[in-house]
Amino acid sequence: MQYKIEVVDKPGIFDAVGRGVARDIFDLGIAGVKEVKFIQVYTLEGNLADGQALSICQELLTDKVAQDYKILSGQSSNYLKANQHIVEVAYNPGVMDPVEASVLKGVQDLGICGLNSVKTAKKYIISGKLSSAQLKTISEKLLYNKLIQHIVMSDKSNPPIPPFKKGGLGGISYQFNLITVDLFSASNDKLLAISKRGQLFLNLNEMRQIRRFFRKIKRNPTDCELETIAQTWSEHCYHKTFRGNIAYKESKAEPALGNRAIKNLLKSTIMKVTKELNKDWCVSVFKDNSGVIKFDKDNNICFKVETHNHPSALEPFGGANTGIGGVIRDSMGTGLGAKPILNTDIFCFAPPDLAFNKVPVGSLHPKRVMKGVVSGVRDYGNKMGIPTVNGAILFHENFAGNPLVYCGTVGMLPKDKSFKKTNKGDLIVVVGGSTGRDGIHGATFSSGELTHESETVSSGAVQIGNPIEEKKVLDTILQARDQNLYTAITDCGAGGLSSAVGEMGAELGARVYLDKVPLKYSGLSYMEIWISESQERMVISVPPKNIDQLIAVFANENVNAAVIGEFTGSRRLELYYQDNLVCDLAMQFLHEGIPQIAKKAVYIQSKHREPKITAKKNFTADLLKLLAHYDICSKEWVVRQYDHEVQGGSIIKPLSGLKNDGPSDASVTKPLFNSNKGIIISNGINFRFGFIDPYWMAASCIDEALRQIISVGGSLKEVAILDNFCWGNPDKPDRLGGLVRAAYGCYAAAKAYGVPFISGKDSFYNEFSVHGKSTPIPGTLLISAISVMDDVHKAVSMYAKGAGNLIYIVGNTRDELGGSHYYDLYQAVGNNVPKVYYQEAKKTFSALSKAAEKGLVKATHDCSDGGLAVALAEMAFSGGLGMEIFLAEVPFVCHPEPLSAAKGEGSCFKILRPAIGVTQNDVILFSESNSRFVVEVEKTRQKEFERLLKGTTFGLVGCLTAKPDFKIFGLDGQVCLDANINKLKESWREPLKW
Amino acid sequence: MPSTKVCVLRSAGTNCDQETAAAFSLAGAHAELLHINNLVSGARMLDDFHILALPGGFSYGDDIASGKIFANELRFKLADALRKFIDDGKLIIGICNGFQILVKSGLLPGSKQWDQEASLIINDSAKFEARWVYLKPAGRCAWTEGLERIIYLPVAHGEGKFVTRDKNVLNRLKKNKQIVFQYCDEQGKLSGYPDNPNGSLESIAGITDPTGRILGLMPHPERHIFSAQHPRNWNLKSKSGDGLQIFKNGVKYVKEKL
Repeated sequence: MQYKIEVVDKPGIFDAVGRGVARDIFDLGIAGVKEVKFIQVYTLEGNLADGQALSICQELLTDKVAQDYKILSGQSSNYLKANQHIVEVAYNPGVMDPVEASVLKGVQDLGICGLNSVKTAKKYIISGKLSSAQLKTISEKLLYNKLIQHIVMSDKSNPPIPPFKKGGLGGISYQFNLITVDLFSASNDKLLAISKRGQLFLNLNEMRQIRRFFRKIKRNPTDCELETIAQTWSEHCYHKTFRGNIAYKESKAEPALGNRAIKNLLKSTIMKVTKELNKDWCVSVFKDNSGVIKFDKDNNICFKVETHNHPSALEPFGGANTGIGGVIRDSMGTGLGAKPILNTDIFCFAPPDLAFNKVPVGSLHPKRVMKGVVSGVRDYGNKMGIPTVNGAILFHENFAGNPLVYCGTVGMLPKDKSFKKTNKGDLIVVVGGSTGRDGIHGATFSSGELTHESETVSSGAVQIGNPIEEKKVLDTILQARDQNLYTAITDCGAGGLSSAVGEMGAELGARVYLDKVPLKYSGLSYMEIWISESQERMVISVPPKNIDQLIAVFANENVNAAVIGEFTGSRRLELYYQDNLVCDLAMQFLHEGIPQIAKKAVYIQSKHREPKITAKKNFTADLLKLLAHYDICSKEWVVRQYDHEVQGGSIIKPLSGLKNDGPSDASVTKPLFNSNKGIIISNGINFRFGFIDPYWMAASCIDEALRQIISVGGSLKEVAILDNFCWGNPDKPDRLGGLVRAAYGCYAAAKAYGVPFISGKDSFYNEFSVHGKSTPIPGTLLISAISVMDDVHKAVSMYAKGAGNLIYIVGNTRDELGGSHYYDLYQAVGNNVPKVYYQEAKKTFSALSKAAEKGLVKATHDCSDGGLAVALAEMAFSGGLGMEIFLAEVPFVCHPEPLSAAKGEGSCFKILRPAIGVTQNDVILFSESNSRFVVEVEKTRQKEFERLLKGTTFGLVGCLTAKPDFKIFGLDGQVCLDANINKLKESWREPLKW
Repeated sequence: MPSTKVCVLRSAGTNCDQETAAAFSLAGAHAELLHINNLVSGARMLDDFHILALPGGFSYGDDIASGKIFANELRFKLADALRKFIDDGKLIIGICNGFQILVKSGLLPGSKQWDQEASLIINDSAKFEARWVYLKPAGRCAWTEGLERIIYLPVAHGEGKFVTRDKNVLNRLKKNKQIVFQYCDEQGKLSGYPDNPNGSLESIAGITDPTGRILGLMPHPERHIFSAQHPRNWNLKSKSGDGLQIFKNGVKYVKEKL
């Protein structure tokens, strides 16, 4: 028997969901919708006794105070009036619907047993005159995504939902049938066809290597073996580009790297810094699921940032949702398991007001992508109870087909739980979610370019997460860890069990019985079980003597834990399904058999157009426009949807100021209740500099991440960084050329500043092609930094504190408007990219750290996007105070100057006070030169502060005023910028005030 | 005299348990995190504790409606133990999701039959929001004794709009002085969004039961127990946060009355 139950708000209750949808429809440009009513639908299937359906409605599904319910038994509900339309959205079969399990549990708690299955749907009754085309637009653009959902047709023609039994998807069961792939006789063309058809994303060279291997052992591979190799050798898992050989050529680049043959780019740059710096507080680098550094005498902290770009392009909510779920598991899978203590999220989208006709075919509109991604992160992060303390959002048209979604997690783990070691004879145990058909081919899918057909071909890679399942796993894992019940742990991410077991057993070998893996429903083949990327699963290795106690820990909190095999010592990967051997591979071939990759890279420094800006006297309009630039404007709409206070450790929050709404620099978190030690997190990202030169983009990103740490009162004493490259197709020499330069920029800056990389990630093939024409994203590097602060009470925030206090600019401004947001206002990139002058910057950083430590500064704000004018304005309006600033006092270095200074070879630069009339005001106002700060100091501390800053470049440029006027006097002493701070603030808040 | 024992009850999706326990510890109590399965199975007894704390989080993912499934577990699996706990004069506090659970189980506002007479429904803004709010203490409640000035705490929820079944329920709450916290502006005046972050009826942020021993509130007092957690005053090392007094009151009540 089937019961369809509709739950709706009582008359008089404000229907917030419906109101929100109505507003979104209006934003789509469709007028005429008067009202949208939201209805929650549950379809129950089972044998219920009389009155049981009623009691489920009354006691469980309905909020008696605010909602009414209706039980529809099969026939239509004829409550539609004229000009009312119904859109009912349900999940496709097999897509995770976390509510199902909760309803089943709730029904059981009522003492009702006969229920077999539950499905949910969302129903919208839209009132207003709409054409069927408009209704279709509303449905497709707002209400559902066909990859995971479908529209339930009108009630009359609605066929009953096929029974969805707990044990089966449509009642299909799986009959074992071993599949082998004929490689022996396959021609080269055939090999490529096999790779393509199976979505293996292996190139010819790799396919031939596999053929060679199997010819040697005189048999063909099973489908499972071929898949396992493809997963392990995928760009996603193996990082072929960074580890391969690269023949690099360049011309006209400054500084010149010279043509060179690079053997393993990762080891030549990123990992090289870490090795050379050899910091004793680095605990575990580039080995585990995240990088680990020392926190205090008892605890370490780990940090990892991941990307989930391709899934987020197709299904923004699900993609971002499982992206953050995955990086949280990275932290849970570090050492013997870390407790996640904070998240950071960075996104790149196309502008949310992009014209619909500019959206590439097959892509979702950027506003929908953005809303979906933000909701996906909100859902998972908040439900896991992990504060999102920091982030950034940037915009560029070329992210239209391929957004970037970076999610990072910091975890804390006891010092003596920081390493893992699987032993021979340990049992392989999978804990957490059951395995389904979801997310098959995620690892290989992310190793190819997106096309307008990706949404149909690769839809299996799209998933929805279940954060509560992961929270349960976390709660129980930490108990099992503290009882010392297991010896190693890793997460099931891309590649599923294939990747997790393959990695854990790389040294010892493993035997797995695939039929022992708990399934969501029957019908999965052995291979699907092996490569499924179902979420919320961890794999642990357990000494047999601990197994009963371990399973009890999980069972006590309703978490699955199943023994699926053991680590053997045979150095082979052996998989069985119902006693049939379906995979038998030497671990050595799997992990070391991949042929060396050789790629070509070319970098040619291109010349960009300089903007034509007519000379002007007043820059108020430019500042207002810059504050409203999507990169710079307030992200409060996003930030408030993330819980940044949970766990009770947030000190410098993402928003700060008199009204808690100014843009903070780095975040400061106090993770322990009984200690004042803190963790600082910051991010540096600026793809605009990369248009000119990825080398200086990389150096600038590192500088930005570090100066944010300095801004909040931190120091360079213990700072570790992560690299995260999102790039186009590395098989194309021009894309790879830029990547090489960025990697060398990373090396130079990290070395000069003494900050080691501890982990990283790369995501390639971020291109979107429509009918063969491919657009790459702007090559984007994210540098995430983590630092330990001795006392959080010394933290400094960015907003102005007191009228009469002095305003300093610390650090040199240069004529470096290339890649600036000011130029972007004039649709130009320019060529004077900001460089980093390490020796000079290190002096600045060190002096400001000391000043914060001594409590001499009231506020510090980092100068970045939009330059000095934006930083000053943000400081002023966040504190509700006015400012008077004199540009003639801003330390300025004339351009050009010898590059040796930029390379950090001594300080041979000369500081010049700009002579009146020589330099334009806008260069000083808007140049995005690195290593600069705006600092507020009380008059009584002036001498002490200036004494401490001796040897650095700084200028006392003005003061704060009680009057809410923001006034800047130009080089000629005349006012060149003048606005009320509330007007500035409004301009800054307006663009994303949704 | 035995120390004050607090049961911080958690289930799938509870996530403010540790900071709630920390707040009680700082207030001088002994707080223990306990999974609800341990009470349902009989492995542990509610009777062993003086205070029951229902912390914030997303129990069962807020599926169906926030707090609903947890509330039903209390109503259908732990009713007897809970009734005895209340009849013994012990204390209960529900914060955020805990408040949702108390309201949906009918323990708040609290009629004899535990009828659900009020609810916490989706915010008027239709989204989850985290922000700091000013709260005006009022009413008669063991947990808020001595709180007179306006306090400052963070809220973080998507379903916090307080509504009552009808006017009578609201009038009864007023008459019995069961309204304990109201959202207000910095000066203590009731006002609209965002000071009232969710559109709650009469700006209600927290209520108590007729005995004054059960407190439910949407804001998070456990997130402001040190001055360092304040968005602007973190460098005042000596001061404790505004929320701590609530936990101290609970512990004091147990020491004096139980």
